[in-house]
Amino acid sequence: MTKQSDKTNKSGPDMIYRSFLDRHIFALPKCTKCNQFHFFPRVVCPYCGEFELEWLAISGKGEVYSTTTIYRKPERGGDYNVCLITLDEGPRMMSRIEDIDAKLVNIGDKVTARIINDDDEPFVVFTPSKEAS
Amino acid sequence: MAHNLRGSSAIVGVGLAGCGEAHGKMPLDILAEATHNALDDAGLKLSDIDGLFTGSSYHFMPTLSTAEYLGIKPRFSDGSMVGGSSFVAHTLNAAMALKTGLCDVALICYGSNQRTAGGKLATMSEQQIYEAPYKPRYPISSYALAAARHMYQYGTTREQLADIAVAARQWAQLNPAAFARDDLTREDVLNSRMISDPLSLLDCCLVTDGGGAVIMVSSERAKDFPNKPVYLLGTGTAHWHRQITQMPDLTVTAAKESGERAFKMAGVTQNDIDVVEVYDAFTINTLLFLEDLGFCEKGEGGPFVSNGNIAPGGSLPVNTNGGGLSCVHPGMYGIFILIEAIQQLRGHCGARQVNNAEVALVHGNGGVLSSQVTSILGTEEVL
Repeated sequence: MTKQSDKTNKSGPDMIYRSFLDRHIFALPKCTKCNQFHFFPRVVCPYCGEFELEWLAISGKGEVYSTTTIYRKPERGGDYNVCLITLDEGPRMMSRIEDIDAKLVNIGDKVTARIINDDDEPFVVFTPSKEAS
Repeated sequence: MAHNLRGSSAIVGVGLAGCGEAHGKMPLDILAEATHNALDDAGLKLSDIDGLFTGSSYHFMPTLSTAEYLGIKPRFSDGSMVGGSSFVAHTLNAAMALKTGLCDVALICYGSNQRTAGGKLATMSEQQIYEAPYKPRYPISSYALAAARHMYQYGTTREQLADIAVAARQWAQLNPAAFARDDLTREDVLNSRMISDPLSLLDCCLVTDGGGAVIMVSSERAKDFPNKPVYLLGTGTAHWHRQITQMPDLTVTAAKESGERAFKMAGVTQNDIDVVEVYDAFTINTLLFLEDLGFCEKGEGGPFVSNGNIAPGGSLPVNTNGGGLSCVHPGMYGIFILIEAIQQLRGHCGARQVNNAEVALVHGNGGVLSSQVTSILGTEEVL
């Protein structure tokens, strides 16, 4: 895991998170006391109350914790996936799985993060991990 | 020793208005009509109200707008907003205000024209910025994710969820005031349009108009009113998250804690409960809350709710008005479960009346399984 501390950046955690994504780095705040990562990014560790945090790039690996297919008319873009991913580092986030039919996404699937841009705003989606059975 | 709020206050008036469709009415018109009905029920007048408890998806400062509309000048007001559970939570704050003399006549009230105003869920909620890029449908996708996870962990089926909707409909068929009273089968639910897998259209609550009002006073004067008083035995609140991504375990809600707190304050157990009214915005809610409130073990909600067990004639009467699924659901539903429980304890429920109902449990939900509030109400016999 590469340390990506960004001490020169005086912005708040949301700005820091997005500035990493702009550079195609998926990084999250990690507590210097209890060593847990959290998401969404805050100025305080929600697990132990520590304010001393550091930003680290994370593996981008995770597992589908739950998933839903949202039904939408084909002329409006068709069905799409919304899921919750539990990252290997612990935190859970909302996302979607790409490169696979929405209805084929299963709880427990191993997935890998991909940073994409939509309306010029970078965000994280996931794809099935290659080693997945 | 009993908690000093246990039984310290009582509900002496209830009113409904505009349930179903209230054409041409604004939310506060409906709220005011429900209040009028509750005042009539209690034999009180508007000027007697000196404590106001309300929440709204339409008014940023709901106590101010409501008091202004009604022309009252409350001594104590509380507009605590925890979504649809707000009105159940208000019972605790009203009990505290009555006990400490901050007010003498507390009004808890709500009104919405969600259906006739176009059917869209009115909300002043801020956008959840870390969820928005993925376009979840709010709020159904959050509940769908919880349902999918419960199915994965415990083998819960869509058929079992469908049975919750069927049971609610069967109760609604006994309630002349319910909005949806046509016959409904498990197959109807399963075959209804899928919205956010595994929840389909008939797993979702209604969109109606409606308003409700409840009047609470100190128990010391509760017998001075026309109707049999219903005592507040306990209320417990709990919340662990706001957004679904932050819910620690999608199969366990904070109802576990709110329920424990309410049972402790009330000094009763699950076995003492005669009738249960839970906030069923979606079928999965009923199942999760019955588990978390201790009416069945975690993971056994599916078998527990199926085959008519919570329907009329089943072992546990649940959502006897027909619920949010089949009776009424104008944006926020908490006030209506409170009113149905009170009507059951008064013995005013006609064909759907639960025999000898003396203790009722009301469970409110707010946000996306976020705010959980449990109240336990009882008749004089259980004080």
